[in-house]
Amino acid sequence: MEQSHTTPAETPSNAETSNDVGLRFMLLGLAALAAALLLGVVGAFKFLYPEFMEGLPFHKIRPLHVSLAVSWIFLTAIGGIYYYLPNFCGLSLFSGRAARWHFWIFVVTGLAILGAYLTGRFGGREYWEFPPALAVPIFLTWIMFGINYFRTVVKLRTAWPVYLWMWGTGIVFFFVSFSESYLWLLPYFRENMVREISVQWKSYGTLVGSWNMLVYGTAIFVMQKIGGDEDVARSKMVFGLYFLGLFNLMFGWAHHVYPVPLAEWVRNFAYAVSMTELFILGKIIWDWRRSLSTRRKFRHRRPYRFLYAADIWIFINLVLALLISVPALNLFIHGTHVIVAHTMGATIGINTMILLASVFFVIEQRVGEGAENRHAGLVDAGFWLANGSLVVFLAALLAAGLVKGTYVGESFYDMMESIEPFLLLFAVSGVGLMLGLWLVLLPAMVRIGALVFPRG
Amino acid sequence: MAPITKRGIFLSFCAAFAAYSTYVWTAGTVSERSLPPSRQAMAGQALYQEKNCIACHQLYGLGGHMGPDLTNVISAPDKGADYARAFIENGTGKMPDFGLDEAQVDALVQFLEFVDSAGIYPPRQPEINWYGTVAYDAGRNAQ
Repeated sequence: MEQSHTTPAETPSNAETSNDVGLRFMLLGLAALAAALLLGVVGAFKFLYPEFMEGLPFHKIRPLHVSLAVSWIFLTAIGGIYYYLPNFCGLSLFSGRAARWHFWIFVVTGLAILGAYLTGRFGGREYWEFPPALAVPIFLTWIMFGINYFRTVVKLRTAWPVYLWMWGTGIVFFFVSFSESYLWLLPYFRENMVREISVQWKSYGTLVGSWNMLVYGTAIFVMQKIGGDEDVARSKMVFGLYFLGLFNLMFGWAHHVYPVPLAEWVRNFAYAVSMTELFILGKIIWDWRRSLSTRRKFRHRRPYRFLYAADIWIFINLVLALLISVPALNLFIHGTHVIVAHTMGATIGINTMILLASVFFVIEQRVGEGAENRHAGLVDAGFWLANGSLVVFLAALLAAGLVKGTYVGESFYDMMESIEPFLLLFAVSGVGLMLGLWLVLLPAMVRIGALVFPRG
Repeated sequence: MAPITKRGIFLSFCAAFAAYSTYVWTAGTVSERSLPPSRQAMAGQALYQEKNCIACHQLYGLGGHMGPDLTNVISAPDKGADYARAFIENGTGKMPDFGLDEAQVDALVQFLEFVDSAGIYPPRQPEINWYGTVAYDAGRNAQ
């Protein structure tokens, strides 16, 4: 195992606790993704056939799908942080007990949220539709996580590599964005429609930026460990790019709300800021990939392959993000499935591929390449099926969005009828995407599960 | 880059973000057209969230894609309060009948009137500038 830093190694018992917690988060994240995919497919078919699974209406399925997908991202990123700090950075967790509490409170709160959705108890805003009281444990555990993280990394005697900055930034700004997303509880905000909707989407912009910090930090960590090049995480260039990403996180949100009548300069400023964050990571991964030797590529081939796929999706999404951020083009595609394509492309193509790289990096490190190869055929088939399906899936969404954006009639139902073939293609390719990712997830869950619950 | 420099840049960004956020929360989001919301409209807003209408409908193009955007359903030609009321009371093939009582339906319609008064979406007669920005307010002022 590589020890990047010089701080004293933790005691075995503490290490075991830390490993255990990180892996539990990852295992739960993998399960959340498996369920999110199933609900996504059901939701896609309900678009076309509302009578399909009538007991589970679309207004329940959508928040279930979204919450599970968001949980996958956070759980797996958090799991990686809890795992990597003691195992690779030589930093024993400040409190293993707090990390375990974090996990169990997350589980209980998550089940309560899923239960609320299934029984039709809403009351929150888009993406956080659960009753606001359930946000309280999320706030509290996040504070615990933040304290645990910063009290752990403060022990590092050397300058922080960029991924520690990124993880810390992600933790701080998730708290900021989550708090801001509940400002609607104050009459001052909710009694002004322009303010209410603008502030809500401002918080979502920061939220996505914060999880990108967690995920991209993980990507840089994994590629540094695979490539064995410390400079990947410490160069001036990488820090310059980090600050550019932070700038985007703070000021790039208003492209979501161009048509909302808020101050014009805020909208134009967001256009100028644009979405350069994807380019940033693309450049880093690209530079790193070129420097790897063939042997190293082969040795770590599964995590490498997922990062390589993320690299390609970054470039595709960068183009889409830039197009969306141009107000003149946004005028035609705002509120259409083009935006859904961008969201799906980023969460599946980029975030999911990076987090799978992290999961398989842990598996390779813990189980060894030979043992991991037992399921190699399944994982490889799943990888190609998922990525191939994602191409069709995004193309169908883009086509549906462009037809909707250029539709000139008044009837919403006529417009929906005209995009129906694309929505069918979207749903069918969604099945391929689900099956492909399940083929990847299943062996990963078996492996991580065996580490969390060892036999005997 | 020295740690002190990184911390300095980070803190400068945070200070700028705090000032910018304060502006967005106040002067940057003054609603010039909006009616003051009635108590009933606020009850409708709560109901809109409790029934998770945003899962299927949009306001300003933000929300779900199953149903139509509702920003100006009240003032749109051939639509209006009665049109909205009919859908809310009965549902459609895709939209469930939520079994709301009359006071709840009234509250939702009042909320939609409040939304309608705040702005126009999609923008009417927007002006596109050669460098890619859009004067959304051009058509709005012509109303």
